[in-house]
Amino acid sequence: MYVKAWIGAILFALCSIAQAGPQIEQWQTHNGARVYLVAAPELPMVDVRVVFDAGSARDGGKSGLAALTNGLLDDGAKTADGELNADQIAERFADLGAQFGTTADRDMASVSLRSLTKPDLLQPSLQAVAAILTQPGFPQNGFEREQSRVLTHLQAQEQSPGEIAGKAFFKAVYGEHPYATQALGNPDSIKQLTRDDLIAFHNRYYVARNAVVAIVGAVTRKEAEAIAETLVDKLPEGEAAPALPKVAGLENAQNVQIPYSSAQTHILVGQPGISRIDPDYFPLVVGNHILGGNGLVARLAEEIREKRGLSYSTYSYFQPMREPGPYTLGLQTRNEQTSEALKVLRDTLKDYVEHGPTAAELKAAKQNITGGFALRIDSNANLLDYLALIGFYQLPLDYLDSYNRKVEQVTLEQIRDAFKRRVKPEQMVTVIVGGGAQANQN
Amino acid sequence: MPRFFLIILLCAAWTAAASPAEVREFKLDNGLKLIVKEDHRAPVVVSQVWYKVGSSYEHSGITGLSHVLEHMMFKGTRKHGPNEASRIISANGGQENAFTGRDYTAYYQQLEKSRLPVSFELESDRMRNLLLKQDEFVKEVQVVMEERRLRTDDDPESLTYEHFAATAFHNGPYQNPVIGWMGDLENMTLADLKQWYKTWYAPNNATVVVVGDVQPDEVFALAKKYFGPLKPSKLMPLKPRREVEQKGLRRAVVKAPAELPYLLMGYQTPSLTASQGADGEPYALEVLSGILSGGNSARLAKHLVREERIAASAGAGYNLYSRAPDLFMLEGTPAQGRSVAELEQALRDQIKRLQDEPVSEAELARIKAQVVASKVYEQDSTFGQAMQIGTLVTVGLDWRLQDSYLDRINAVTAEQIQQAARKYLIDDHLTVAVLEPLPLDPNKKPRGPLDGHLGGGNVR
Repeated sequence: MYVKAWIGAILFALCSIAQAGPQIEQWQTHNGARVYLVAAPELPMVDVRVVFDAGSARDGGKSGLAALTNGLLDDGAKTADGELNADQIAERFADLGAQFGTTADRDMASVSLRSLTKPDLLQPSLQAVAAILTQPGFPQNGFEREQSRVLTHLQAQEQSPGEIAGKAFFKAVYGEHPYATQALGNPDSIKQLTRDDLIAFHNRYYVARNAVVAIVGAVTRKEAEAIAETLVDKLPEGEAAPALPKVAGLENAQNVQIPYSSAQTHILVGQPGISRIDPDYFPLVVGNHILGGNGLVARLAEEIREKRGLSYSTYSYFQPMREPGPYTLGLQTRNEQTSEALKVLRDTLKDYVEHGPTAAELKAAKQNITGGFALRIDSNANLLDYLALIGFYQLPLDYLDSYNRKVEQVTLEQIRDAFKRRVKPEQMVTVIVGGGAQANQN
Repeated sequence: MPRFFLIILLCAAWTAAASPAEVREFKLDNGLKLIVKEDHRAPVVVSQVWYKVGSSYEHSGITGLSHVLEHMMFKGTRKHGPNEASRIISANGGQENAFTGRDYTAYYQQLEKSRLPVSFELESDRMRNLLLKQDEFVKEVQVVMEERRLRTDDDPESLTYEHFAATAFHNGPYQNPVIGWMGDLENMTLADLKQWYKTWYAPNNATVVVVGDVQPDEVFALAKKYFGPLKPSKLMPLKPRREVEQKGLRRAVVKAPAELPYLLMGYQTPSLTASQGADGEPYALEVLSGILSGGNSARLAKHLVREERIAASAGAGYNLYSRAPDLFMLEGTPAQGRSVAELEQALRDQIKRLQDEPVSEAELARIKAQVVASKVYEQDSTFGQAMQIGTLVTVGLDWRLQDSYLDRINAVTAEQIQQAARKYLIDDHLTVAVLEPLPLDPNKKPRGPLDGHLGGGNVR
């Protein structure tokens, strides 16, 4: 299946809106985990996600540790009735029709469960998740297997110019900051990890005060309280993770060129952007929507794809994180057109930072963002994403309710001002991966 | 991602199917089909227009035509200029896109429910009134070539899949890539597109699927208003292009710059539309693919990844709803220190085991438990529900099949699975493709200051 445009999904997911948002309830478990609930009674199912501040920003110099710990959680666990191995855990969820998954990025490490609400199906799944969270076995053979699979995954990244560019971009933008490395790690660091590292990491970060539980589904407040207690009851109270180091701004432009034998050259341009609670959040996000956030209707797509046919996918986006995540602009084009495409990208950015959007553009952007609010919270899956986000970053409970109002309040002047102060085309990182077969001979 | 993964995803979505919500079907006088499913959980609607045309309708020399036409459908009509429809949808708070597959081309909008007329107005306009202009075509075909480089030429696994399909099919409709061969893209003309548009874009070759917070009769009235006036076309029947019977194992080797080897295997199998009455067999193959790779508890993850550590990853896939006979697929990447030959042998051993011994009752029950649950989970996505209906209708099946899916899966026995494995998963009907990595650049270390021609930066 080939889609016309690749651009949107993640970008949109990060910048959403509300008129009359869902009713969010919030409380704490006895040991200090924060719980967030949206009751969605229509379908007999429930989604649960437990999020820990245990992403790769917590690797502590052992790159890949957070992700490997997270990925190995379901490889074996102690339960009340004895040990379960990886096969038994997988079979338990499948037999109950439940879907279980783990994922880790730079900020978060999560465990998710989707189940029917019938108690004889839900309860055994919850027990298994509780065991996975609190008493994972981290068996040595599973550790070695996953270590080796990560090495294969890292190799696979090396045959993708887009992945290579992404890694180089974070490295250049973040320097010594923990965000500089990718969650998956690198071959050298992965080879040095031990099972004891995982156990120590789990003991430190998989604790109640470092956890957020998000629940969406056909459950009452009382049932949700029981679910949350079941999941985290046996977690030690522990401590929340400490503040991350501050991100240093870029003082100079920096160019990284990586010759690569691909037909296309991948270009990424950017700098540190905004945190989840940045005071300029709304002017920058709405402003970026016009520059490169709104699919094929945005300026970058108009200049690079629609007018010139230079690239299939071109975009810009803020990735708000605990500390300022990156602001990224990107495209891919056949090698011979690299300088032309890069010039159009840079000129479009410079012009936008200098002059800002037009009144008509701002109006259309607001219509798109606010008019599409209902779409972005139209499923339990979407709601769960927002709930986890609100809980993890401790955004106000009226975050969804007030989103549209805050978007409406953004003015042309605020966008111009915020872009001029915060976006520095002369001090950005530019990563260029490609050049084709001849690039290798340089 | 290789196309193969997309096929698996589709299958996963299909282990879904059917729901208790009411579905209504309508037909306009000009032949347009309208199918409406109510979902009142949120005040939104998804509207999809499906055309019976895709890469499996193309032949040598014009490959990629359906997909380029899909791109050109955004380039304007007499009423709306290039990209204007997208701007209108955007200003209405909507999201839109389009996709082309082997058996279909589809366009969609997701909107707040009161905006459905905006979708119908724009879709009915471009169904018959597209302006195909040379200057827009020249640019857009370049965009598609960039898309091809991005997805296929610079992705060694995707490239391997392309060669694999061209080897597995000698004359059948799934021989060519959806995006088209580069040579065909380079030689495509505006006249080709005009002819293709004229041939396939007509109300009697389209199905409109609407899912959301709507009333079916009101949607029908809207459809009559906007699509009703469109003239039908005289559609030419498709030639069957039945794939010649395979007379022995086929192999392909793809040498490309890569880090890792990769293995693809495919057995010629029937699909539901092509099974000519023996339709228990496709359902048996569907369950069989679940036994092998339906999640972390299935055989490939359990034995090949965890137990024997031969595969870093391995999967199986079968597309029940292909329009033409298709392949039962296996794929994988060897684990560190293991070879692609070992992986192939391990996968063949798994096939042999399915032929030699019936699957256990526990495994069968597990697949069925997952199907029962996923029939509830799928109702969380209006888009997914619309996709299922649109796919079925567009490959020529009754959308009500999704209602009987659970019963059909439940009826599959261990014996039927064993029989299907013995009948279809045989060497003479097998194609194997292997990606043999050529060295990537030996000195791709980050360099310092840029060459002058890339310019623009202040390098310190």
